[in-house]
Amino acid sequence: MNEQVREQAVPASTGLLQDKVALVTGASMGIGEAIAMDLAAHGAHVAFTYRRHAEEAAAVAGRIEERCRQAMALQADVASFEDAQRVVQEVQGKLGRLDLLINNAGMNWDGVVWKMTEEQWDQVISVDLKGTFNYLRAAAPVFKEQGSGKIVNVTSINGLRGKFGQSNYSAAKGGVIALTKTVARELGRYNVNVNAVAPGLIETPMVKQAPEQVRDMALAEIVLGRLGTPEEVAWVVTFLCSEAARHITGQVIQVDGGQYM
Amino acid sequence: MKLDGKVAWITGAGNGIGRATALRFAQEGARLLLADLEEQAVKAVAGQIREAGGQAAALVGDITVREDVRRMVEAALSEFGRLDILINNAGINRDGLAVKVKEGQVQLMDDGMWDLVLAVNLKGAFLCAQAAAVPMIEKGEGGRVVNTSSIGALGNIGQANYAASKAGVIGLTKTLALEWARFNITVNCVAPGATATRMTAGIPEKLMEGLLAKIPLRRLAQPEEIAEAHLFLASDAAAYITGQVLFVDGGISVGV
Repeated sequence: MNEQVREQAVPASTGLLQDKVALVTGASMGIGEAIAMDLAAHGAHVAFTYRRHAEEAAAVAGRIEERCRQAMALQADVASFEDAQRVVQEVQGKLGRLDLLINNAGMNWDGVVWKMTEEQWDQVISVDLKGTFNYLRAAAPVFKEQGSGKIVNVTSINGLRGKFGQSNYSAAKGGVIALTKTVARELGRYNVNVNAVAPGLIETPMVKQAPEQVRDMALAEIVLGRLGTPEEVAWVVTFLCSEAARHITGQVIQVDGGQYM
Repeated sequence: MKLDGKVAWITGAGNGIGRATALRFAQEGARLLLADLEEQAVKAVAGQIREAGGQAAALVGDITVREDVRRMVEAALSEFGRLDILINNAGINRDGLAVKVKEGQVQLMDDGMWDLVLAVNLKGAFLCAQAAAVPMIEKGEGGRVVNTSSIGALGNIGQANYAASKAGVIGLTKTLALEWARFNITVNCVAPGATATRMTAGIPEKLMEGLLAKIPLRRLAQPEEIAEAHLFLASDAAAYITGQVLFVDGGISVGV
């Protein structure tokens, strides 16, 4: 059924985002890759960052270019403030402008709180929360200056509800939600929309490798009875990046099949 | 087109947001059963869509009356053979303080004001959703229900009845999402902020200034912008979203 839905909803190019320039963090695989591809399918030129997977990133860039859209794969550590400044400058330099920012890069490193190390906490907060701040900070002056822009932060339903074994990840993702609302307030008067999507359990390469028990427990929670696909998250991001969503700001859209209500 | 071959039933389709949604859905290829209390208005919308080459039928009815609701569903089925989408849009407000004290006189919001708003906004939405779900379940091809809550659900002076009804819609949405997920019917709701319709047309200028100052995007929503949210939730792009409330409010629920 998913394959069928995908084909119906993603035509070759609808031009919804024609010639917009997007920056997606962490797009060499999984949800980020699907976001980059869907933005390109709707007409956007896409720059994206990756940390380690240079080969996968090159492949994603190649597939974007096959759609006759410009692509730019940039190696960067989202936890680095300087990297974010450099990336935004390079994107503006090469693609001429910046219209859409999707803060997607994230990681988890789970453990119950009584066993969690300081390094575990710091690393997840640095990537998931500070990483989002870094790119907001780098792009905000651009958007403020041009009086337009769309920002979508990828958070998680666990940032809303908490999750056993994820005190670091849940705190970071909850922080992203507060950050989203704050920046929506700050940039609203400059005609910049800032929203978040909160996926539930999505069929990513990472999740495919997870123990069956983890999947089964999640499936029991999901009222639609199946995991989501990266594309289903990407479609919502595309909507939020489009003019159709121009009156939506400061919101968190759950894409979770009813996993958390 | 995003709704090619789909049949949508839109209540309150004669004016404002309902009208904008009808016109937008027609652009995306949907066949439409448009219902409203106001005969002239709803017929005009259907006529406009047909003139543009679309398919739309108009029906006059009251969503608080089960028999009228049944007629609406039957009209959709007899006219177009199926039902895929319900846009539960019809709604009203009758504002007033719950308890008003003026010059030593105590005045209470009367029962009629409470009952009418609850009947239309909450019971009407429930009756329509129930009626729409039956053919969707029988057909076995899933469906979409999009309800209408409001920023008012968070509480608003002078709208005890309206706020209660719109908060009720959220509870209704989540419950129906749970009950109907197994039939692949998603149930969500849109919560508009202040929108440029006749419901807000009477707001005095002074109040409007104060209202705009509280909206981060500094403007009212246009009915067409709420229609886009209806379209999104009714389209394949929202396949994995259910039980959710989508605020389309320029950020007023977050604040400036």
